[in-house]
Amino acid sequence: MTAPRLPVRTRAAMFLRLLAVQGAWNYETLMGNGIAFAVEPALRLLPGGRGGDRYRAAIARQNGYFNANPYLAGLAVGALANAELSGDPTDRIERFHTACCGPLGSVGDRLVWAGWLPACSLLALMAFGLGMRPAGVVLLFLGTYNIGTMALRYWGLHAGYREGLRVASALGAPLLRQGPAQVARASALLAGIAIPLAVRGVIGPAHEALEIVFAAAAVGAVILARFNGRVEGWRLAVVALALFILISVVR
Amino acid sequence: MMTLALGLIPLTLLGAVLGLDVVSFPQAMISRPLAAATLAGALMGRPGHGLIVGAVLELFALETLPFGASRYPEWGSASVVGGALFAVQPSGTPGALTAAVCAALFTAWLGGWSMVWHRRLIARWAAGMRDALTSGSCDAVTGLQLRGMTSDIVRGAIMTWVALMVFVPLQNAVLAQWSFTAIESRAAVVICAGAVAGGAIWKIVHTTKGTTWFLLGGLAGGSLLLLVT
Repeated sequence: MTAPRLPVRTRAAMFLRLLAVQGAWNYETLMGNGIAFAVEPALRLLPGGRGGDRYRAAIARQNGYFNANPYLAGLAVGALANAELSGDPTDRIERFHTACCGPLGSVGDRLVWAGWLPACSLLALMAFGLGMRPAGVVLLFLGTYNIGTMALRYWGLHAGYREGLRVASALGAPLLRQGPAQVARASALLAGIAIPLAVRGVIGPAHEALEIVFAAAAVGAVILARFNGRVEGWRLAVVALALFILISVVR
Repeated sequence: MMTLALGLIPLTLLGAVLGLDVVSFPQAMISRPLAAATLAGALMGRPGHGLIVGAVLELFALETLPFGASRYPEWGSASVVGGALFAVQPSGTPGALTAAVCAALFTAWLGGWSMVWHRRLIARWAAGMRDALTSGSCDAVTGLQLRGMTSDIVRGAIMTWVALMVFVPLQNAVLAQWSFTAIESRAAVVICAGAVAGGAIWKIVHTTKGTTWFLLGGLAGGSLLLLVT
């Protein structure tokens, strides 16, 4: 049995619900409830409709433990909707539910959290450093980030529903295989340009202090890089700035 | 105090909405410092001031990417606090940026803890609804989702309001005693932010082959732009 073509209204409802897939994120089921919430509009098409036995059984299956990157969760949502509507065996659906957490988490995290987000952030910081107006910087950041992530969410839902439980092949798409490395290279290039420009943008007219600031920041960056994640720089910065404030007040 | 509490309502509402965006809905990254602090500054009539704080906090935020179940600072309401604190001070006030950024970082730290508590609260609600959820009740699934998002809005609002109630008078008291010059004060903040951002970028990109050359190329381009702009 093949899954029926989803009505546009159902697809739209699933897509909108995907935006809230982490709305009930918790340490017991992680985003499991969100997955059931996002699949639910498709499950109304099951024989017996909303409240029917198959509908209730499917909802119960989907709201268990689940984790993935939120921007790639659409792949799982689409695939699970297809599997339920196709009448795939329950044990296969449950195995898929468990098995796809890892790949969807690691691929999505590398592509979005460690790739696309820093790249968009650095692009906007570069625009700030070059003197772009506040509205322009914000729109540039939000525009680039959301064009990418909305497209990813839409593609994920579409590809997941098309492939069903064979969706693992979609994870081999060139975007997901080579995308993180390409975005990392772009981020490195942007970082080299954006960070010095942003530092100058914040310093403002006090350009005589720039050389000292760059030198001190570079030394600090090298030290933090050598710790390679064992120390969180922002926590050290809180302590350093609090001490700086204290000295300024009491001296 | 009453006037301050009421005056903070618009910022509190902004912090609530941006706190929701961090994880629950819609993760459009309006809650990232560049956007959130600028919006807070705009609400105070000075978007440019908000953007400066936003840029500094964004440099810090490059280090703290929101991977799944890891603990990370909550930048949405924190950036509203930072942007608003800097925007209310007259231009050129020595120490204003330092105090605003430090307050925002503290708020982000506490905000990260508030997210942990919030997630535990949702887990308790989910445990209380276990029978309904395992029997496939759509109302239970939707109800838990809505409760999670509503409580996240409340969490963001409380974080923003409490932080502003504490930091507005504290900032005024600190700035009245401030002794470093404006240049020294800004330099301290920017050195910290630049160092954290540099270390963070290396951590993100160094595992990919060839990125060192891209970073060096970018630095060369950045240096050239510093000279010509």
